[in-house]
Amino acid sequence: MVDAKIRLTMFPIHLEHLRFTPNGRTVLAGINLDLSGEGISVILGPNGSGKSVLIRMLAGLERPDGGHISWKGNCNPAGQIAIVFQHPMLLRTTVAANVALGLKPLELTRSEIAKRVGEMLDRVGLAHRATDSARLLSGGERQRLTLARAWAVRPRLLLLDEPTAALDPTATEAVEQLVREIRTDGAKVVMTTHNLGQAMRISDDIVFIDAGLVREHTPSARFFSRPQSPEARLFMKGELPWRISFDD
Amino acid sequence: MLAHLDPGVFAIVWLSLQVSLTAVFFGTLLGLPLGAWVAVSHFPGRAIFTVILNGMMGMPTVVLGVIVYLILSRSGPLGGLGLLFSPTAMIIAQTLLVTPLIAALTRQIIEDVWRDYATELTAFRYSRWQSMLTLLYDCRFTLVVAVLAGLGRAISEVGAVMIVGGNIVGFTRVMSTAIALETAKGDLPLSIALGLILIALVVGLNAVAYGLRQWSMRKYG
Repeated sequence: MVDAKIRLTMFPIHLEHLRFTPNGRTVLAGINLDLSGEGISVILGPNGSGKSVLIRMLAGLERPDGGHISWKGNCNPAGQIAIVFQHPMLLRTTVAANVALGLKPLELTRSEIAKRVGEMLDRVGLAHRATDSARLLSGGERQRLTLARAWAVRPRLLLLDEPTAALDPTATEAVEQLVREIRTDGAKVVMTTHNLGQAMRISDDIVFIDAGLVREHTPSARFFSRPQSPEARLFMKGELPWRISFDD
Repeated sequence: MLAHLDPGVFAIVWLSLQVSLTAVFFGTLLGLPLGAWVAVSHFPGRAIFTVILNGMMGMPTVVLGVIVYLILSRSGPLGGLGLLFSPTAMIIAQTLLVTPLIAALTRQIIEDVWRDYATELTAFRYSRWQSMLTLLYDCRFTLVVAVLAGLGRAISEVGAVMIVGGNIVGFTRVMSTAIALETAKGDLPLSIALGLILIALVVGLNAVAYGLRQWSMRKYG
Protein backbone atom coordinates (compact mmCIF):
# COMPACT_ATOMS: atom_id res chain seq x y z
CA MET A 1 0.00 0.00 0.00
CA VAL A 2 2.87 2.39 0.76
CA ASP A 3 4.94 3.68 -2.14
CA ALA A 4 8.26 1.82 -2.10
CA LYS A 5 10.12 4.84 -3.47
CA ILE A 6 9.07 6.87 -0.48
CA ARG A 7 10.21 4.10 1.79
CA LEU A 8 13.63 4.16 0.17
CA THR A 9 14.11 7.89 0.21
CA MET A 10 12.65 8.89 3.57
CA PHE A 11 14.51 6.68 6.03
CA PRO A 12 16.57 6.55 8.11
CA ILE A 13 15.63 9.65 10.03
CA HIS A 14 18.65 11.20 11.63
CA LEU A 15 18.27 13.37 14.72
CA GLU A 16 21.41 15.22 15.66
CA HIS A 17 22.02 17.24 18.84
CA LEU A 18 18.34 18.14 19.02
CA ARG A 19 17.74 20.75 21.68
CA PHE A 20 14.53 22.36 22.92
CA THR A 21 14.69 24.95 25.69
CA PRO A 22 11.46 26.95 25.90
CA ASN A 23 11.79 29.90 28.31
CA GLY A 24 15.22 28.67 29.32
CA ARG A 25 13.90 25.32 30.58
CA THR A 26 15.69 22.35 29.04
CA VAL A 27 13.24 19.83 27.63
CA LEU A 28 15.51 18.21 25.06
CA ALA A 29 19.17 18.47 25.97
CA GLY A 30 20.77 17.16 22.77
CA ILE A 31 18.98 14.18 21.27
CA ASN A 32 21.01 11.96 18.94
CA LEU A 33 19.03 9.20 17.31
CA ASP A 34 18.65 7.23 14.07
CA LEU A 35 15.27 5.74 13.24
CA SER A 36 14.98 3.07 10.56
CA GLY A 37 11.97 2.72 8.29
CA GLU A 38 10.80 -0.56 9.75
CA GLY A 39 8.80 -1.70 12.75
CA ILE A 40 7.46 -0.03 15.85
CA SER A 41 9.85 2.15 17.81
CA VAL A 42 8.63 2.97 21.29
CA ILE A 43 9.95 6.07 22.99
CA LEU A 44 9.94 5.16 26.64
CA GLY A 45 10.64 7.38 29.59
CA PRO A 46 9.23 8.95 32.71
CA ASN A 47 6.81 11.89 32.69
CA GLY A 48 8.54 15.08 31.63
CA SER A 49 11.44 13.31 29.95
CA GLY A 50 10.71 14.94 26.58
CA LYS A 51 8.88 12.10 24.78
CA SER A 52 5.94 14.13 23.54
CA VAL A 53 8.08 17.08 22.48
CA LEU A 54 10.25 14.72 20.47
CA ILE A 55 7.20 13.27 18.73
CA ARG A 56 5.91 16.77 17.98
CA MET A 57 9.28 17.73 16.52
CA LEU A 58 9.21 14.70 14.25
CA ALA A 59 5.76 15.83 13.12
CA GLY A 60 7.07 19.32 12.45
CA LEU A 61 4.84 20.86 15.10
CA GLU A 62 7.73 22.21 17.18
CA ARG A 63 10.99 23.78 16.03
CA PRO A 64 14.19 22.77 17.80
CA ASP A 65 16.33 25.45 19.40
CA GLY A 66 19.42 23.59 18.27
CA GLY A 67 20.41 20.60 16.18
CA HIS A 68 18.41 19.24 13.29
CA ILE A 69 16.35 16.39 11.90
CA SER A 70 17.40 15.06 8.53
CA TRP A 71 15.57 12.63 6.30
CA LYS A 72 17.40 10.40 3.89
CA GLY A 73 18.23 12.28 0.70
CA ASN A 74 16.99 15.48 2.35
CA CYS A 75 13.51 14.60 1.10
CA ASN A 76 10.55 16.63 2.29
CA PRO A 77 8.50 14.37 4.59
CA ALA A 78 5.43 16.63 4.56
CA GLY A 79 2.35 14.64 3.69
CA GLN A 80 4.01 11.35 4.65
CA ILE A 81 3.55 11.80 8.39
CA ALA A 82 0.44 11.38 10.53
CA ILE A 83 0.12 11.88 14.25
CA VAL A 84 -2.37 10.69 16.85
CA PHE A 85 -2.62 12.34 20.25
CA GLN A 86 -3.73 11.09 23.63
CA HIS A 87 -6.77 13.38 23.55
CA PRO A 88 -7.70 13.68 19.88
CA MET A 89 -9.82 16.45 18.46
CA LEU A 90 -13.15 15.30 17.06
CA LEU A 91 -15.42 17.53 15.03
CA ARG A 92 -19.12 17.86 15.81
CA THR A 93 -20.10 15.70 12.91
CA THR A 94 -20.26 12.06 11.91
CA VAL A 95 -17.64 9.40 12.39
CA ALA A 96 -17.12 9.17 8.62
CA ALA A 97 -16.65 12.92 8.25
CA ASN A 98 -14.05 12.86 11.01
CA VAL A 99 -12.09 10.16 9.21
CA ALA A 100 -12.25 12.25 6.04
CA LEU A 101 -10.75 15.24 7.87
CA GLY A 102 -7.16 14.27 7.11
CA LEU A 103 -7.92 13.60 3.45
CA LYS A 104 -9.22 17.05 2.54
CA PRO A 105 -5.80 18.66 1.96
CA LEU A 106 -4.77 15.74 -0.29
CA GLU A 107 -6.78 16.90 -3.31
CA LEU A 108 -8.61 13.59 -3.71
CA THR A 109 -11.95 13.29 -5.46
CA ARG A 110 -15.08 12.84 -3.37
CA SER A 111 -15.43 9.23 -4.48
CA GLU A 112 -11.79 8.52 -3.57
CA ILE A 113 -12.33 10.05 -0.14
CA ALA A 114 -15.54 8.07 0.40
CA LYS A 115 -13.85 4.86 -0.68
CA ARG A 116 -10.87 5.39 1.60
CA VAL A 117 -13.08 6.37 4.55
CA GLY A 118 -15.22 3.24 4.10
CA GLU A 119 -12.14 1.05 3.87
CA MET A 120 -10.62 2.53 7.01
CA LEU A 121 -13.82 2.30 9.03
CA ASP A 122 -14.03 -1.38 8.06
CA ARG A 123 -10.49 -1.97 9.20
CA VAL A 124 -10.97 -0.35 12.60
CA GLY A 125 -14.37 -1.94 13.14
CA LEU A 126 -16.40 1.26 13.08
CA ALA A 127 -18.25 0.84 9.77
CA HIS A 128 -21.53 0.30 11.61
CA ARG A 129 -21.11 3.67 13.33
CA ALA A 130 -20.17 5.68 10.24
CA THR A 131 -23.18 7.99 10.47
CA ASP A 132 -23.17 8.39 14.25
CA SER A 133 -21.81 11.48 15.91
CA ALA A 134 -18.10 11.09 16.63
CA ARG A 135 -18.42 12.84 19.97
CA LEU A 136 -20.81 10.22 21.25
CA LEU A 137 -18.27 7.39 20.85
CA SER A 138 -16.59 5.71 23.80
CA GLY A 139 -12.94 6.46 24.56
CA GLY A 140 -11.72 3.31 22.83
CA GLU A 141 -13.88 3.94 19.76
CA ARG A 142 -12.65 7.51 19.60
CA GLN A 143 -9.06 6.38 19.54
CA ARG A 144 -9.81 3.80 16.85
CA LEU A 145 -11.45 6.57 14.85
CA THR A 146 -8.38 8.77 15.13
CA LEU A 147 -6.16 5.86 14.12
CA ALA A 148 -8.40 5.36 11.08
CA ARG A 149 -8.12 9.09 10.34
CA ALA A 150 -4.33 8.94 10.50
CA TRP A 151 -4.16 5.63 8.60
CA ALA A 152 -6.40 6.99 5.85
CA VAL A 153 -3.73 9.44 4.70
CA ARG A 154 -1.47 6.40 4.13
CA PRO A 155 1.41 7.82 6.11
CA ARG A 156 4.92 6.52 5.75
CA LEU A 157 5.55 7.54 9.35
CA LEU A 158 2.84 7.27 12.00
CA LEU A 159 3.51 9.07 15.27
CA LEU A 160 1.47 8.11 18.33
CA ASP A 161 1.66 10.22 21.47
CA GLU A 162 0.50 8.01 24.35
CA PRO A 163 -2.57 6.89 22.40
CA THR A 164 -3.81 4.51 25.08
CA ALA A 165 -3.04 6.48 28.23
CA ALA A 166 -6.72 7.10 28.95
CA LEU A 167 -8.08 3.72 27.83
CA ASP A 168 -9.13 0.57 29.65
CA PRO A 169 -7.27 -2.72 28.96
CA THR A 170 -9.76 -3.97 26.34
CA ALA A 171 -9.67 -0.74 24.38
CA THR A 172 -5.88 -0.62 24.75
CA GLU A 173 -5.58 -4.10 23.29
CA ALA A 174 -7.75 -3.11 20.31
CA VAL A 175 -5.60 -0.05 19.66
CA GLU A 176 -2.39 -2.06 19.95
CA GLN A 177 -3.72 -4.58 17.44
CA LEU A 178 -4.49 -1.77 14.99
CA VAL A 179 -1.01 -0.33 15.46
CA ARG A 180 0.45 -3.72 14.55
CA GLU A 181 -1.74 -3.83 11.44
CA ILE A 182 -0.57 -0.38 10.42
CA ARG A 183 3.02 -1.55 10.78
CA THR A 184 2.24 -4.63 8.69
CA ASP A 185 0.72 -2.29 6.13
CA GLY A 186 4.17 -0.76 5.66
CA ALA A 187 4.20 2.31 7.87
CA LYS A 188 6.94 3.04 10.34
CA VAL A 189 5.39 3.60 13.78
CA VAL A 190 6.97 5.74 16.47
CA MET A 191 5.03 5.75 19.70
CA THR A 192 5.51 7.25 23.14
CA THR A 193 4.46 5.57 26.35
CA HIS A 194 5.51 5.29 29.95
CA ASN A 195 3.75 1.94 30.21
CA LEU A 196 6.39 -0.78 30.38
CA GLY A 197 3.92 -3.59 29.68
CA GLN A 198 2.70 -1.92 26.54
CA ALA A 199 6.23 -1.16 25.38
CA MET A 200 7.14 -4.82 25.87
CA ARG A 201 4.06 -6.05 23.97
CA ILE A 202 4.22 -3.81 20.98
CA SER A 203 7.74 -2.54 20.33
CA ASP A 204 10.46 -3.74 17.99
CA ASP A 205 12.98 -1.35 19.45
CA ILE A 206 13.05 0.94 22.46
CA VAL A 207 14.33 4.50 22.64
CA PHE A 208 14.73 5.24 26.32
CA ILE A 209 14.73 8.96 27.13
CA ASP A 210 15.44 10.61 30.41
CA ALA A 211 16.00 14.29 31.19
CA GLY A 212 15.91 15.17 27.51
CA LEU A 213 18.61 12.74 26.45
CA VAL A 214 18.53 9.35 24.73
CA ARG A 215 20.01 7.01 27.29
CA GLU A 216 19.54 3.85 25.30
CA HIS A 217 18.31 2.71 21.89
CA THR A 218 18.22 -1.05 21.62
CA PRO A 219 16.05 -3.88 20.28
CA SER A 220 13.09 -4.47 22.53
CA ALA A 221 14.04 -7.97 23.72
CA ARG A 222 17.46 -6.79 24.74
CA PHE A 223 16.16 -3.71 26.51
CA PHE A 224 13.79 -5.69 28.69
CA SER A 225 16.25 -8.47 29.46
CA ARG A 226 19.44 -6.45 29.90
CA PRO A 227 18.98 -2.67 29.95
CA GLN A 228 22.34 -1.06 29.37
CA SER A 229 21.99 2.36 30.94
CA PRO A 230 21.71 2.93 34.69
CA GLU A 231 18.72 5.25 34.06
CA ALA A 232 16.84 2.50 32.20
CA ARG A 233 17.59 -0.02 34.93
CA LEU A 234 16.25 2.36 37.56
CA PHE A 235 13.17 3.10 35.47
CA MET A 236 12.47 -0.62 35.11
CA LYS A 237 12.63 -0.90 38.88
CA GLY A 238 10.26 2.04 39.18
CA GLU A 239 12.84 4.24 40.88
CA LEU A 240 13.89 6.75 38.28
CA PRO A 241 11.09 9.31 38.52
CA TRP A 242 12.21 10.35 42.01
CA ARG A 243 14.49 13.18 41.07
CA ILE A 244 13.61 15.52 43.94
CA SER A 245 16.62 16.39 45.98
CA PHE A 246 16.06 16.71 49.72
CA ASP A 247 19.65 17.81 50.39
CA ASP A 248 18.68 21.48 50.34
CA MET B 1 -55.11 46.70 17.33
CA LEU B 2 -53.26 43.40 17.01
CA ALA B 3 -56.48 41.41 17.20
CA HIS B 4 -57.89 43.36 14.24
CA LEU B 5 -54.75 42.75 12.15
CA ASP B 6 -54.22 46.45 11.45
CA PRO B 7 -52.56 46.59 7.99
CA GLY B 8 -50.51 49.64 8.97
CA VAL B 9 -48.98 47.79 11.88
CA PHE B 10 -48.16 44.74 9.82
CA ALA B 11 -46.61 46.85 7.05
CA ILE B 12 -44.25 48.29 9.66
CA VAL B 13 -43.47 44.84 11.04
CA TRP B 14 -42.87 43.46 7.56
CA LEU B 15 -40.49 46.29 6.62
CA SER B 16 -38.63 45.87 9.93
CA LEU B 17 -38.10 42.20 9.22
CA GLN B 18 -37.06 42.85 5.62
CA VAL B 19 -34.49 45.48 6.60
CA SER B 20 -33.08 43.74 9.66
CA LEU B 21 -32.97 40.22 8.19
CA THR B 22 -31.27 41.50 5.04
CA ALA B 23 -28.75 43.44 7.11
CA VAL B 24 -28.06 40.40 9.29
CA PHE B 25 -27.70 38.24 6.16
CA PHE B 26 -24.97 40.53 4.79
CA GLY B 27 -23.51 41.03 8.27
CA THR B 28 -23.24 37.26 8.65
CA LEU B 29 -21.63 36.86 5.23
CA LEU B 30 -19.00 39.42 6.20
CA GLY B 31 -18.74 38.91 9.95
CA LEU B 32 -18.32 35.13 10.18
CA PRO B 33 -15.33 34.86 7.83
CA LEU B 34 -13.79 38.07 9.19
CA GLY B 35 -14.02 36.86 12.78
CA ALA B 36 -12.76 33.38 11.92
CA TRP B 37 -9.88 34.81 9.90
CA VAL B 38 -8.76 37.00 12.80
CA ALA B 39 -9.07 34.01 15.15
CA VAL B 40 -6.74 31.71 13.19
CA SER B 41 -4.32 34.30 11.80
CA HIS B 42 -1.25 36.08 13.04
CA PHE B 43 -0.48 39.43 11.49
CA PRO B 44 1.09 42.67 12.66
CA GLY B 45 -1.46 44.72 14.56
CA ARG B 46 -3.74 41.78 15.27
CA ALA B 47 -4.19 42.80 18.91
CA ILE B 48 -5.08 46.38 17.97
CA PHE B 49 -7.47 45.13 15.29
CA THR B 50 -9.14 42.83 17.82
CA VAL B 51 -9.55 45.66 20.33
CA ILE B 52 -11.09 47.90 17.66
CA LEU B 53 -13.39 45.10 16.52
CA ASN B 54 -14.53 44.48 20.07
CA GLY B 55 -14.94 48.20 20.64
CA MET B 56 -17.17 48.52 17.58
CA MET B 57 -19.64 46.13 19.20
CA GLY B 58 -20.66 49.09 21.32
CA MET B 59 -20.69 51.63 18.49
CA PRO B 60 -23.49 54.17 19.22
CA THR B 61 -26.12 53.71 16.56
CA VAL B 62 -26.68 57.43 16.11
CA VAL B 63 -22.98 57.98 15.41
CA LEU B 64 -23.05 55.25 12.80
CA GLY B 65 -26.23 56.78 11.41
CA VAL B 66 -24.51 60.14 11.02
CA ILE B 67 -21.52 58.53 9.29
CA VAL B 68 -23.74 56.69 6.81
CA TYR B 69 -25.80 59.86 6.36
CA LEU B 70 -22.68 61.82 5.43
CA ILE B 71 -21.62 59.14 2.97
CA LEU B 72 -25.04 58.86 1.32
CA SER B 73 -26.06 62.53 1.45
CA ARG B 74 -26.11 64.48 -1.77
CA SER B 75 -22.64 65.96 -1.14
CA GLY B 76 -21.18 62.66 0.16
CA PRO B 77 -19.05 60.19 -1.80
CA LEU B 78 -22.04 57.96 -2.59
CA GLY B 79 -24.60 60.77 -2.82
CA GLY B 80 -25.08 60.19 -6.53
CA LEU B 81 -26.71 56.84 -5.85
CA GLY B 82 -29.69 58.58 -4.27
CA LEU B 83 -30.02 56.03 -1.50
CA LEU B 84 -30.61 58.35 1.45
CA PHE B 85 -34.03 57.97 3.10
CA SER B 86 -34.62 54.57 1.53
CA PRO B 87 -34.81 51.03 2.94
CA THR B 88 -31.50 50.33 1.18
CA ALA B 89 -29.81 53.05 3.24
CA MET B 90 -31.28 51.48 6.37
CA ILE B 91 -29.93 48.07 5.33
CA ILE B 92 -26.47 49.56 4.75
CA ALA B 93 -26.49 51.23 8.16
CA GLN B 94 -27.66 48.10 9.95
CA THR B 95 -25.17 45.92 8.07
CA LEU B 96 -22.36 48.19 9.25
CA LEU B 97 -23.80 48.00 12.73
CA VAL B 98 -24.07 44.21 13.01
CA THR B 99 -20.97 43.13 11.08
CA PRO B 100 -18.48 44.08 13.82
CA LEU B 101 -20.72 42.50 16.44
CA ILE B 102 -20.97 39.20 14.57
CA ALA B 103 -17.27 39.29 13.69
CA ALA B 104 -16.17 39.99 17.26
CA LEU B 105 -18.32 37.23 18.74
CA THR B 106 -17.21 34.83 15.99
CA ARG B 107 -13.55 35.63 16.67
CA GLN B 108 -13.97 34.81 20.34
CA ILE B 109 -15.86 31.56 19.69
CA ILE B 110 -13.48 30.35 16.96
CA GLU B 111 -10.34 31.39 18.84
CA ASP B 112 -11.35 29.30 21.86
CA VAL B 113 -11.86 26.24 19.67
CA TRP B 114 -8.74 26.94 17.59
CA ARG B 115 -6.60 26.53 20.73
CA ASP B 116 -7.76 22.91 20.92
CA TYR B 117 -7.72 22.14 17.20
CA ALA B 118 -4.66 24.01 15.95
CA THR B 119 -2.18 21.20 16.52
CA GLU B 120 -4.13 18.51 14.69
CA LEU B 121 -5.22 20.71 11.80
CA THR B 122 -1.62 21.90 11.41
CA ALA B 123 -0.43 18.28 11.49
CA PHE B 124 -2.89 17.48 8.69
CA ARG B 125 -1.36 20.42 6.78
CA TYR B 126 -4.55 22.44 6.69
CA SER B 127 -4.14 25.92 5.29
CA ARG B 128 -5.47 28.88 7.27
CA TRP B 129 -8.41 29.03 4.90
CA GLN B 130 -9.21 25.32 5.34
CA SER B 131 -8.83 25.63 9.11
CA MET B 132 -11.15 28.62 9.11
CA LEU B 133 -13.86 26.80 7.16
CA THR B 134 -13.50 23.68 9.31
CA LEU B 135 -13.86 25.67 12.52
CA LEU B 136 -16.81 27.66 11.21
CA TYR B 137 -18.54 24.39 10.39
CA ASP B 138 -17.67 22.82 13.72
CA CYS B 139 -18.95 25.84 15.66
CA ARG B 140 -22.04 26.31 13.51
CA PHE B 141 -24.52 25.82 16.34
CA THR B 142 -22.67 28.11 18.73
CA LEU B 143 -22.32 30.75 16.04
CA VAL B 144 -26.10 30.98 15.83
CA VAL B 145 -25.79 33.01 19.04
CA ALA B 146 -23.55 35.53 17.28
CA VAL B 147 -26.02 35.86 14.40
CA LEU B 148 -28.94 36.23 16.81
CA ALA B 149 -27.08 38.90 18.73
CA GLY B 150 -26.71 40.74 15.43
CA LEU B 151 -30.40 40.38 14.67
CA GLY B 152 -31.34 41.61 18.13
CA ARG B 153 -29.14 44.68 17.69
CA ALA B 154 -30.46 45.39 14.20
CA ILE B 155 -34.15 45.01 14.85
CA SER B 156 -34.17 47.01 18.06
CA GLU B 157 -31.94 49.94 17.13
CA VAL B 158 -33.50 53.36 16.50
CA GLY B 159 -30.76 55.90 15.90
CA ALA B 160 -29.21 54.79 12.62
CA VAL B 161 -32.43 53.91 10.79
CA MET B 162 -34.06 57.12 11.98
CA ILE B 163 -31.22 59.23 10.56
CA VAL B 164 -30.68 57.45 7.23
CA GLY B 165 -34.25 56.28 6.71
CA GLY B 166 -36.08 59.38 7.79
CA ASN B 167 -38.96 57.44 9.39
CA ILE B 168 -41.20 58.06 6.37
CA VAL B 169 -44.59 56.50 6.85
CA GLY B 170 -45.27 53.59 4.50
CA PHE B 171 -41.73 53.72 3.16
CA THR B 172 -39.00 53.69 5.80
CA ARG B 173 -40.93 53.44 9.03
CA VAL B 174 -39.91 50.38 11.05
CA MET B 175 -40.99 49.12 14.45
CA SER B 176 -38.33 50.85 16.54
CA THR B 177 -38.73 54.25 14.87
CA ALA B 178 -42.52 53.93 14.92
CA ILE B 179 -42.49 53.18 18.64
CA ALA B 180 -40.32 56.25 19.29
CA LEU B 181 -42.55 58.49 17.17
CA GLU B 182 -45.92 57.21 18.36
CA THR B 183 -44.86 57.45 22.00
CA ALA B 184 -43.80 61.05 21.42
CA LYS B 185 -47.18 61.71 19.78
CA GLY B 186 -48.99 60.06 22.68
CA ASP B 187 -50.38 57.13 20.65
CA LEU B 188 -49.54 54.59 23.29
CA PRO B 189 -51.73 51.72 22.00
CA LEU B 190 -49.77 51.57 18.73
CA SER B 191 -46.46 51.87 20.61
CA ILE B 192 -47.44 49.06 22.94
CA ALA B 193 -48.70 46.88 20.07
CA LEU B 194 -45.45 47.31 18.17
CA GLY B 195 -43.44 46.80 21.34
CA LEU B 196 -45.21 43.52 22.03
CA ILE B 197 -44.54 42.31 18.50
CA LEU B 198 -40.89 43.32 18.77
CA ILE B 199 -40.47 41.47 22.05
CA ALA B 200 -42.32 38.42 20.70
CA LEU B 201 -40.06 38.30 17.65
CA VAL B 202 -36.86 38.56 19.66
CA VAL B 203 -37.99 36.00 22.24
CA GLY B 204 -39.28 33.67 19.49
CA LEU B 205 -36.00 33.78 17.60
CA ASN B 206 -34.05 33.11 20.77
CA ALA B 207 -36.35 30.18 21.55
CA VAL B 208 -35.61 28.72 18.13
CA ALA B 209 -31.88 29.19 18.70
CA TYR B 210 -32.09 27.56 22.12
CA GLY B 211 -33.99 24.60 20.65
CA LEU B 212 -31.45 24.27 17.87
CA ARG B 213 -28.59 24.26 20.36
CA GLN B 214 -30.27 21.61 22.52
CA TRP B 215 -30.93 19.45 19.48
CA SER B 216 -27.34 19.79 18.28
CA MET B 217 -25.98 18.86 21.71
CA ARG B 218 -28.09 15.70 21.73
CA LYS B 219 -27.19 14.79 18.16
CA TYR B 220 -23.50 15.75 17.96
CA GLY B 221 -22.35 15.97 21.56
